Amino acid sequence: MRYVKDVASVIRSKNAGPYELTFDLMFPDAETYEQVRHSITKAKIADLYKIDESQVLSIIHFAPAHAVKITIVRPRASGDLGETDVYGAQQHAPLLELTY
Amino acid sequence: MELRILSPTAILGYGFPLSSFQAGLERDPHVIAVDGGSTDPGPYYLGAGKSFTQRAPVKRDLYYLIQASLERGIPLIIGTAGGAGAKPHVEWTVDIIKEVLGELKATAKLAVIYSDVNPELLIQELKRGRIQPLGPVAPLTEEEIRGSSHIVAQMGLEPILQALEEGAQIIVAGRAYDPTVFAALPALQGYDLALALHMGKILECAAIAASPGSGSDCLFGYLQEDAFILEALSPQRQCTKLSVAAHTLYEKSDPYSLPGPGGTLDLRETRFEELPGGKVKVSGTRFVPTEKYFLKLEGARRIGYRTISIAGVRDPIMISQIGDVITAVKERVADNFRDIRDYQLHVHCYGKNGVMGALEPQPQPGHELGLVMEAVAPTQDIADTICSFFRSTLLHYGYPGRKSTAGNLAFPYSPSDISTGAVYTFSIYHLLEVDDPKGLFTVELREV
Repeated sequence: MRYVKDVASVIRSKNAGPYELTFDLMFPDAETYEQVRHSITKAKIADLYKIDESQVLSIIHFAPAHAVKITIVRPRASGDLGETDVYGAQQHAPLLELTY
Repeated sequence: MELRILSPTAILGYGFPLSSFQAGLERDPHVIAVDGGSTDPGPYYLGAGKSFTQRAPVKRDLYYLIQASLERGIPLIIGTAGGAGAKPHVEWTVDIIKEVLGELKATAKLAVIYSDVNPELLIQELKRGRIQPLGPVAPLTEEEIRGSSHIVAQMGLEPILQALEEGAQIIVAGRAYDPTVFAALPALQGYDLALALHMGKILECAAIAASPGSGSDCLFGYLQEDAFILEALSPQRQCTKLSVAAHTLYEKSDPYSLPGPGGTLDLRETRFEELPGGKVKVSGTRFVPTEKYFLKLEGARRIGYRTISIAGVRDPIMISQIGDVITAVKERVADNFRDIRDYQLHVHCYGKNGVMGALEPQPQPGHELGLVMEAVAPTQDIADTICSFFRSTLLHYGYPGRKSTAGNLAFPYSPSDISTGAVYTFSIYHLLEVDDPKGLFTVELREV
């Protein structure tokens, strides 16, 4: 078992519109991408963020960028009461614990 | 057959190096286009009718763009003017353009496209069942429509095409689907719509799609019959297959399927090829029209006024029970102001879960905490009152085991409280089915 963060070139989060939060995991080459991509599951993401699996909207594999994209429901609409991160740019840290 | 487009910067006002811009002009563009906006900075800017960019940097960018556009006789197209594209944002941009034209001692045929939506019309459409939520959003209600201070629809190509056909030199569009300002001239000249829109989708972020990326540098697009080519204009960056493909992921949920007004860009067959000289060629993208034409609606509603206070905590006994202390002080506030119910008190606890809130999987506090206390209430006066009372009560609150009896908070500022003004929330993020793609938008031509 290894950490995804040790082989990924990019691990980032950002709003995808005001109601969704999207994470991009990008890998340096096709080989690493192939090694890692199938071990990223909705169950693992739900577990890392302590959210219900139904809140993980999609996991999409995008070969041209050697990337896996994960989208979850935002805890609230961007900027609504209780907001902690309007741009959603610092919500990626739990993904550093992701293993494969 | 080639149409060349210069995208100077990711957002009007974010700036660009003049050397890159000059390099772009030397490539003889047919149009200069720039995106002005985003929903990313949150609902305040749409709600309040203010730009998230400042006037001076926007004027600086516009000066060079207008000068180049007039000298070369090529159109300048600005999308989502003023950041959110509602009427006050558009007027703000037009005002700056007039000032620049005055300084240049020049005149121009200006097209102004408004994208504001009449709430009464929207209520009718709601009753007709023509509005649906976009993503994980609640169904729209009449109350949300009436409560919204600004409602805009994101225009497709059609209103911009009309402005070009009527001979506009400078086009200022309200809320516009980002790629449209880049794809309009190609669409008018019969280029492949899928490629034009996909190129626009990348050009709208300018050099963010290059490596290293930058939101304040230019990107150049060459649209051909069956492909488009992207080129960074600064010698410090180049487009790579990976940088361009990776950009397709940015701020969207599905990189294969990019929905917009009238249809969806399908990237499943898209090919990215590296060319010599730091260029990337893109081909194979398809456009799949939707059976019905949908416009994206955005609205923001004022929900009150905010006051904040910032303070630090270093005492380990207090930090160990910070959650309970905050709860107890909130109860004290509620008890003291029994006749005021409609306020919200929220404490951001930096050093514990300030960044991720409820999503934080490891909410163990560090050795010091930064607290941002915030009150949101129907008037600024009530927000000031609630924030102030919470702050003073927390400062002197006697929690169990307390040794530090002179005060619980370290304030960096006097005054400690800051009134931040109106607070907005996104109230509308829905799709509206329309019969006429241009129907909601007004295109006005002016000689300025």
